[in-house]
Amino acid sequence: MIKSMEPKHMMLFALVAVLFIGTGFVQSWNTTLTIFNMGLVSAIMALGVNMQWGYAGLFNVGVMGFVALGGLAAVLVSMPPVDEAWAAGGIRILLGLTLGAATIIAAILAWSRLPKGRMRGVAIMVILIGGFFLYRAVFDGGVEAVEAVNPALTGYLGGLGLPVILAWPVGGALAAGAAWIIGKTALGLRADYLAIATLGIAEIVIAVLKNEDWLARGVKNVTGLPRPVPFEIDLQNSSWFLNLSDRIGADFVTFSSIFVKLCYASLFILVLLALIWLSEKALNSPWGRMMRAIRDNEVSASAMGKNVKARHLQIFILGSAVCGLAGAMMTTLDGQLVPGTYQPLRFTFLIWVMVIVGGSGNNWGAVLGGFLIWWLWIQVEPIGALLMQGITAGMAEGSWLRDHLLDAAAHMRLLTMGLILLLVLRFSPRGLIPEK
Amino acid sequence: MDFLNALVALLNFVIIPATAYGAQLALGALGVTLIYGILRFSNFAHGDTMAFGAMVTILVTWGLQAAGVSLGPLPTALLALPVGILATGLLLIGTDRVVYRFYRAQKAKPVIFVIASLGVMFIMNGIVRFIIGVDDQRFADGERFIISARNFREITGLDEGLAFRTSQGITIVVAIIAVALLFWFLNRTRTGKSMRAFSDNEDLALLSGINPERVVLYTWLIVAALATTAGVLYGLDKSFKPFTYFQLLLPIFASAIVGGLGNPLGAILGGFLIAFSEVGVTYAFRKVVSYLAPEGWEPEGLLQLLSTDYKFAVSFGILLIVLLFRPTGIMKGKTV
Repeated sequence: MIKSMEPKHMMLFALVAVLFIGTGFVQSWNTTLTIFNMGLVSAIMALGVNMQWGYAGLFNVGVMGFVALGGLAAVLVSMPPVDEAWAAGGIRILLGLTLGAATIIAAILAWSRLPKGRMRGVAIMVILIGGFFLYRAVFDGGVEAVEAVNPALTGYLGGLGLPVILAWPVGGALAAGAAWIIGKTALGLRADYLAIATLGIAEIVIAVLKNEDWLARGVKNVTGLPRPVPFEIDLQNSSWFLNLSDRIGADFVTFSSIFVKLCYASLFILVLLALIWLSEKALNSPWGRMMRAIRDNEVSASAMGKNVKARHLQIFILGSAVCGLAGAMMTTLDGQLVPGTYQPLRFTFLIWVMVIVGGSGNNWGAVLGGFLIWWLWIQVEPIGALLMQGITAGMAEGSWLRDHLLDAAAHMRLLTMGLILLLVLRFSPRGLIPEK
Repeated sequence: MDFLNALVALLNFVIIPATAYGAQLALGALGVTLIYGILRFSNFAHGDTMAFGAMVTILVTWGLQAAGVSLGPLPTALLALPVGILATGLLLIGTDRVVYRFYRAQKAKPVIFVIASLGVMFIMNGIVRFIIGVDDQRFADGERFIISARNFREITGLDEGLAFRTSQGITIVVAIIAVALLFWFLNRTRTGKSMRAFSDNEDLALLSGINPERVVLYTWLIVAALATTAGVLYGLDKSFKPFTYFQLLLPIFASAIVGGLGNPLGAILGGFLIAFSEVGVTYAFRKVVSYLAPEGWEPEGLLQLLSTDYKFAVSFGILLIVLLFRPTGIMKGKTV
């Protein structure tokens, strides 16, 4: 796997490593590991987007939605079920949702089975409107009952109470399902349409997460997700850990936090390596060559008998699933689901910057971009603040402009990211590690 | 049965707000559709262009307010609007010179333009946040209402009040003027005609000696005027917050696509279609229905199809239906 990299590109990875290690010396190792862990998650997201854009040229700007679905999966799989809420209205909610799904399926069946004509239109309208009111009648009561159960602490159905690691593939599956719906409608049309459809689904996923309290407590957030790694406080109370930290000669409180982060990092590294291995295999297989052939010339690929739309749907679902997986991992790392923090600039467009800067079409490029851009995203803020202090040093203490500039330093990162994206796109459009 | 009161309630809560919102969306969608028609890409920076124009206008408005200049009953922002348009025009033309022209010369694929517009979006968003911050800004002044609910009740003697805010009236009037000017420009002037020719058939337009750079320049200027106007009107009507302008991208794109990308008339139609569906689907019709229902039959529920938090789902749903059944939009737009 490593053999596929040129020395020049190894150097780039070494450079990024130096950035992270430098952060460790200048700031703290805790900071380094925090950035590194999110860097791993970002690298996986970038891999997912790279599959869609780099292999197949599909323009997905709904990454945030797929990531958030992964986060939802973490809650639904790992949190303990709230029995009271299930008793109050869980069955009713499930029945309502089934009715809603049945309505849509019935309408689709009516569309495809009934003979064309006015009767078909009327029948579909009747099914949709009747089904909608039936769905609301059953569903609303259930929601009310569930949300009334101890709203300060629960007020939702809870999850399945399974180990949180299981949520990772489930997150991928949820995202894949959403991608299937979007892909079915928007693929095969202009590239821009897919972009706008994905932009829409992302906003809707976030709206659902914020407002459906019965599902994941909405803006009340779900906190205290079970962890796949030990808690710091348990480590600090166990003798083997105190022995270990004595032997290293570190402060045991700091070391426990570093130890936990290292545990997360090793889990994430395993996932990342597995994904890179799979993507490299896929990209260099006949399947990968076909994908690139379709990307470069759809007409001739379809003349060769390749089903362009089906292939696009396939890769779109795969890439979205990887984003969902990364989303579930991120929520596991945070230990909480906070729907208000999902911002498109951070979770969609920043991932795009990573892919473009790293090198679209190259898995290693996407990974490199993920680490590098994430590090910059975090570090631009302190650097910007330093810069602003430099600029404002000569100004009078307490002057209006000085205060404003110091406050505004926080917004430097958007400017910087935009600038980096435009510069790379213009002067090195193939990215840091170009496609072979 | 109280038909008049029901009608007034419907006007007050659905028709007037939706008309104003539709006018704002239509102006935004016109900008998107013009860029699509002439430059042939979906401009993701459009929401932030609107925010930038509105921001400059707000800053100038504050300056004017501080200097004691006002338009009497009308908001001072109208006086500041030309400055906002000018600044946005300069910004857009500068962006075109620095960013987009290079890709035009290369004949890059449309999706490359879209990615470049993402970069521009980041930068514009950053500039706006840098200058004015992320918080809500209020800049409306002048008379608040053309008709206030209380006055309306006193004059007509009806139970239900009708409020017609100045910002809504101004939105509708300004939008009509802007659209009239745009269509006059596109249909009557030489430059406008060359723009349409360029949009219809680039090769033929180039062959007949139309200067593409000139067409592009005028397009950006018009887009600046439309985007700034839309941004300021939206800010007057609701409030100015940079992030909501980014979120407007979805309904604006939906309007442009539903109407038919590249078709100005379609953009207007799409804007109103989206606005009326959004307001209609998320409005609780209980009040209207209880006026109409016979005594004792008043509905218990809110009669609201979807909660207002899902207004994006409405534009999205319409967008999906159009993509499935008529991907070129209601008024035939450009090729799929």
